Amino acid sequence: MNARLSIDQLLPELDHTHLDWLEEEAIFILRETAAAFERPALLFSGGKDSCVVLRLAEKAFKSRQADGSYKGRLPFPLLHVDTGHNFPEVIEFRDRRVAEMGERLVVGHLEDSIRRGTVRLAHPLESRNGHQTVTLLEAIEEHRFDVLLGGARRDEEKARAKERIFSHRDSFGQWQPKEQRPELWTLFNTRIRPGEHMRAFPISNWTELDVWLYIARENIPLPDLYYAHDRQVMRRKGLLVPLTEVTPPEAGETVETAQVRFRTVGDMTCTCPVESDAATAADIVAETLKATVSERGATRMDDRTSDASMERRKKEGYF
Amino acid sequence: MNTTPPLPDHRALRFLTAGSVDDGKSTLIGRLLYDSRAILADQLDTLERKAAGAPIDLSLLTDGLEAEREQGITIDVAYRYFATKARKFIIADAPGHEQYTRNMVTAAAGSDAAVVLVDITKLDTSARPVSLLPQTRRHALLAHLLRVPSIVFAVNKLDAVGHPGRAYAAVRDALLGFAQAAGIRVAGIVPVSALRGDNVTQPMATDWYDGPSLLQLLERLPTAQERKDGALLVPVQYVAREGEGTGKQPRTLWGRIAHGRVKAGDAVQLFPSGELASVAEVRRAGAVVAFAEAGQSAGLVLDRQIDVSRGDWIASPRTIRPVQRFSATLAWLDTEPAVVGRKYWVRHGNRWVQARISAIDHRLDIHTLEETDAHELAVNDIGHVTIEVQQPLPVESYETNRVGGALIVVDPASNRTSGALLVRAAA
Repeated sequence: MNARLSIDQLLPELDHTHLDWLEEEAIFILRETAAAFERPALLFSGGKDSCVVLRLAEKAFKSRQADGSYKGRLPFPLLHVDTGHNFPEVIEFRDRRVAEMGERLVVGHLEDSIRRGTVRLAHPLESRNGHQTVTLLEAIEEHRFDVLLGGARRDEEKARAKERIFSHRDSFGQWQPKEQRPELWTLFNTRIRPGEHMRAFPISNWTELDVWLYIARENIPLPDLYYAHDRQVMRRKGLLVPLTEVTPPEAGETVETAQVRFRTVGDMTCTCPVESDAATAADIVAETLKATVSERGATRMDDRTSDASMERRKKEGYF
Repeated sequence: MNTTPPLPDHRALRFLTAGSVDDGKSTLIGRLLYDSRAILADQLDTLERKAAGAPIDLSLLTDGLEAEREQGITIDVAYRYFATKARKFIIADAPGHEQYTRNMVTAAAGSDAAVVLVDITKLDTSARPVSLLPQTRRHALLAHLLRVPSIVFAVNKLDAVGHPGRAYAAVRDALLGFAQAAGIRVAGIVPVSALRGDNVTQPMATDWYDGPSLLQLLERLPTAQERKDGALLVPVQYVAREGEGTGKQPRTLWGRIAHGRVKAGDAVQLFPSGELASVAEVRRAGAVVAFAEAGQSAGLVLDRQIDVSRGDWIASPRTIRPVQRFSATLAWLDTEPAVVGRKYWVRHGNRWVQARISAIDHRLDIHTLEETDAHELAVNDIGHVTIEVQQPLPVESYETNRVGGALIVVDPASNRTSGALLVRAAA
């Protein structure tokens, strides 16, 4: 079974200086964001990419103590859009981490947008993933954020492969891929007009493997559902659909218990786990090295609708 | 030829790929990703569905945006990632159609290497010397102009010519002749067949080429580095405010070192205030360190309170020479032409100042880098200009330092990034 592997055993020939380089670049982008904007916020969902960005932010703005913890305060609040369909253990993790670090968390609730009438669901169990955009833009307007730091990576998806590190959003919060500003050296063009904002992506150049290598190296805490656990699931169109109150079995499906882990964690209605016995970050690195299916392909129902679904959502203001 | 440095550099290599639409560039990138297993089963499924029984088209892997697929061209620089056991790679894929200069400049700024595709089927390889295509010269010259440290030619489609050994040798001689005349140092001229996969990742078994495969060569190229000896220069990026007002903890001045190195006890001078101070402490990511050097972000605590803000510079005493006029190479990226006398924003280091183009001296022919008379620069044009800035800036020549010598030009009306300036000399 799970022999505990160290990173050095897994990749003996790679000396991980590339992780130092990626860390250096990410910290540079975080400080740039804090320095060049008036009202930044860091998107924190409890997901693994946002946990990595949060650790990088601690390194950028706090001092490391002898016990490995970080002292000080981030120069911006954290922001989360809660669809009301998040995994409860992830919300619990989010609140615990925020309390431990003594940071300020702003939560935008999709339920509030539904109440305001700015989000209307086609039916009660419709995926709320796409609707998050409305709540996100409402939170930006309410708190007058001028830049949001996010954990998006260019290796995730083809539309993201072309997105800038500092990515402009017009006054409707929309991304215009054909109007992107050339990004030269690290001379970022951070100039915006009132009402517009930017998204900044410090880990643009990281891959899924880099993220797991870094989580293992830095002992970054994650919600338990990233590691192997038993869960009730249904098999549907090649995916494992977790049994939750918002994803009941469809007619003819049987519920079974499988050993699974989540590779991405998002809205419960569209996030699926994969079968795995990986119990530590190092085990996941080993599995990722052997992986044959891309991260979003294995886990996201919403990206399967068309080859261009991410681009469409991004244009509307999605993360 | 095909020289390899003695010590491997394990840092990630960022390289740009330049080629025209049908040079097989997308296929080559697809091949690198495919052979290094950076393409996964579901992405392959999509390709196989599209191929409907025919051999899969690896070029489809790099077509990103829906808008691009409709037009059948790529419109923007795309970034791709793959890793071998020796190294992580970042590809900046610059499309080769009419927006080439804008995209090439974007991809080349900050790249460690350029791979220029040469489509051998488009050349008359019986001619002596072989006459190169204009785009090959253009791509290599632009990479050279932007100081990309290693320039590699990948001679592609060797599978489609009759006598590949003879054809390759003739093209290699032509490339070497061109490079020598232009002052370009060539890191390698590698024959490949992206379609068949020959010599892309695995070396070829042939009697006419015994050099490395393209991937083997890329694994050994050095990354771009600024000099670590000599004077210190640091643009102040961020002034940490923690502990401010308590009187206990002095402020930390963060910035990525442009050149030189710094340790506690070093004397420094601030720009623009001119104040002198000594370094009390050097920090890196939350911890105190003995020293920091070019390319690293460092936090400097000074021995006395001085008013310093983002955009200022920290340097070895008496090494900064601020100027208000300088000559530069300007690559114009905006569809609105550059207007002489109009005020623009420029960013140098972390400082934004107003500037104007006081004169356009020449336009450069991007196929030859020859100077021609010009009075305006339109999109994708490159020229020599004289710049006047509203406040003096400590510019250095781009040739000596990429941080002190690079600026971006931003249109104050649209906020678009309109141009890239490479400093030539103080005027």
